[in-house]
Amino acid sequence: MLSRIAVIGSLCLLSAMVLAALLAPVLAPVPPNEMVYPAYAAPGPGGVLGADGLGRDMLSRVLHGMRYTLIITFAATTLAGAIGVSLAIASGLLKGWFDILVGRAFDILMSIPHIILALIVLAILGVSMTTLVFTMAVLQSSTYYRVTRPIAGDLSAMDYVEVARLRGERLGWNLFREIFPNMVPSLLAQYGLGLSSATLFISSLSFLGIGIQPPAADLGGLVRENALALSAGRFTPLVPAACIALFCLSVNGIADWLVSHFSERPES
Amino acid sequence: MTTPPILRIENLRVESRKSVLLDDVSITLAKGEVLGIIGESGAGKSTLALSSMLLMRPGCRVTAGSVELCGQPLIGLPQAALEQIRRTRVAYVAQSAAAAFNPFYRLETQITELPALSSRLGRTERHRMAAALFEELQLPDPETFGKRYPHQVSGGQLQRAMIAMALINKPELIIFDEPTTALDVTTQIEVLQLIRKIVREHDCAALYVSHDLAVVAQMADRVLVMRHGKMVEEGPTRQLVDSPQTEYARQLVSNRGHHGYAEHRGEDTPILDIRNVTAAYGAVTAVDNVSMAMAPGEVLALVGESGSGKTSLARCVAGLQTVRSGTITLQGAPLPPLVEQRSFEQRRLVQYIHQLPDLALNPRQTLREIIGRPLSFFHKLSGARREQRLAELMEAIELPVSYLDRYPSALSGGQKQRICIARSLAAEPKVLICDEITSALDPLVEESIVLLLSRLIRDENLAILFITHNLGLAARFSHNVAVMQHGKLAEFGPTAEVFETPQSAYARTLMEAVPQLDEGWLDSRRRA
Repeated sequence: MLSRIAVIGSLCLLSAMVLAALLAPVLAPVPPNEMVYPAYAAPGPGGVLGADGLGRDMLSRVLHGMRYTLIITFAATTLAGAIGVSLAIASGLLKGWFDILVGRAFDILMSIPHIILALIVLAILGVSMTTLVFTMAVLQSSTYYRVTRPIAGDLSAMDYVEVARLRGERLGWNLFREIFPNMVPSLLAQYGLGLSSATLFISSLSFLGIGIQPPAADLGGLVRENALALSAGRFTPLVPAACIALFCLSVNGIADWLVSHFSERPES
Repeated sequence: MTTPPILRIENLRVESRKSVLLDDVSITLAKGEVLGIIGESGAGKSTLALSSMLLMRPGCRVTAGSVELCGQPLIGLPQAALEQIRRTRVAYVAQSAAAAFNPFYRLETQITELPALSSRLGRTERHRMAAALFEELQLPDPETFGKRYPHQVSGGQLQRAMIAMALINKPELIIFDEPTTALDVTTQIEVLQLIRKIVREHDCAALYVSHDLAVVAQMADRVLVMRHGKMVEEGPTRQLVDSPQTEYARQLVSNRGHHGYAEHRGEDTPILDIRNVTAAYGAVTAVDNVSMAMAPGEVLALVGESGSGKTSLARCVAGLQTVRSGTITLQGAPLPPLVEQRSFEQRRLVQYIHQLPDLALNPRQTLREIIGRPLSFFHKLSGARREQRLAELMEAIELPVSYLDRYPSALSGGQKQRICIARSLAAEPKVLICDEITSALDPLVEESIVLLLSRLIRDENLAILFITHNLGLAARFSHNVAVMQHGKLAEFGPTAEVFETPQSAYARTLMEAVPQLDEGWLDSRRRA
């Protein structure tokens, strides 16, 4: 019963956040980068969440910030999953030098702290939405590879994969028709975790100043911009921080439910 | 009878959340008596055996009836008292000794764990107890045997070690749950003789659970036939074997009886010719210079104990294992060693059916996808013609067409194996390799699969390479038999000749070790 409430709560929260992010341009009362109020205006007639240090409307900025964070999160996680999972299944099926090469490459990738690596790569390539998404995707694909490789090894030893091999099926069929569908439960769990860690990752990058560049800001950037206001006794920086936390929580809640739902084998 | 029976179970009913596992079952067991329990998997054999010490699988509970062990009613006893009885009065010998032993501890330590727990025994004392039992169970080198770890002894030795563990507390009731099912026939006969001797000498009562009627007939004084959790028939062993009263018991008995040999009607020109094939895994030679041939419409049974190279040879034919030397020809043309190098046509003509249908069917594909794939892959069928062929195949394996939208998990073991057969038939092969395809199935289901295959040989003129360790099945079903031992071909010839007048010593040993229904068969066997 409790888990039901958690799932429904998570689902409502997540859909509300996704909707808000998608409809940010419509929902935001004023353009996010326009200075419309006095600096640090308190919540009230000036705006539901007040204004930041430059007099910009906080509600509009949070809505647009959420849009940035969510787009990058979903894009980077999906791409990371695609890279990691397909390489892992190919490793499990082909074995031999391909497996060794890819496996060690991911080992190296995992051994370097991701934030530092991201700092270097972004400094070289320059910051844009595309470079951010690709850098994060490559870095995070290592966890997918690690999780999927042993499962792919087990599954490719199954007799039904051998039957496909005897038939002479191509790699693509084995990858996507024989093996991938059997991984869905474990991958869902990993995708859920990946979403929250990607959110935290992009937020950290922005907090450090190499994520989304001003005047635009994602949730992490908003926390940084308004961090000073905390010492002035204002709660505004807590709003984007709370958004990050709630997003991660609701994603995990849904992932848990999906996993338990899909773990049961399909019946007729 | 003046002394109370060791075990008295009356009108026992055991239910799980979803179904009734045992329904109105009553048995009594006197001292020194062996009761055989026989039935298909899921018939409630093990549940009944475990109920004698009130041990239930999670989620199962007794809803009616009584269990009395040595005159003591068990139902309603507090947990501690129950455990005390289980520790001292009953012993359990499981099917898979390899799974029952902890690989981390030495055999001696595990075997003497129970008495060591109840009365603090020193190491020398424990060693002496274990060594005495090893001696009694005819294990090699009883003094040092206990120092070994489970992986260092053979399967038959491990099973005997488990019997030693069962005897350690001098129990009044021993439960044997399929103790020889995982063993080869020649090992099985040794363990069976030993169990007989132990039960006689210790004068304890025993429950012997098995799905093999011949084994039970040799071991038990009385036999209980179970089906769907109900008692079908119970009676003295000879009476049940010689004049079964119920239809189901009659089927079981006739299934074991001898029907004569399959009529040879194969053609003369071989379709598959195996010449001097040798295959190896690294330094270990699995198949050593083996030659045989098979013609269309012919079943070639490949028999031998585990590790004799049967499956390795089959994998060579299928192209899953490289041949080190020798050639395999299909319809006169040599087959490349690996399946990847074989032509489209060659891959279609040789089909392989695995032992465990659970692993051979993708759980996330419907039957339509599973059987339909070879149709579209090999024959480029689609749409209505594919549907029509699917329906024909389902008819051929005697399953309703409506099953096509089901997933494998909704089928029984026998039905799954039929789907595997349909999948290989979809390719329209000439050679079918069946690797122990019935060994995971119940006897009557096995019989129905074999009947299906016999019909298919007629209809499709297939050549079948039938790997099995079930010699009775090989005798009934095959036209030719190849006996393998340690990777070598011990004997190859027409089935009737190999079974009636085996030429090699090994084939003779193997044929003689197959349990028979005849009275006194086990006792008449020489000690191996």
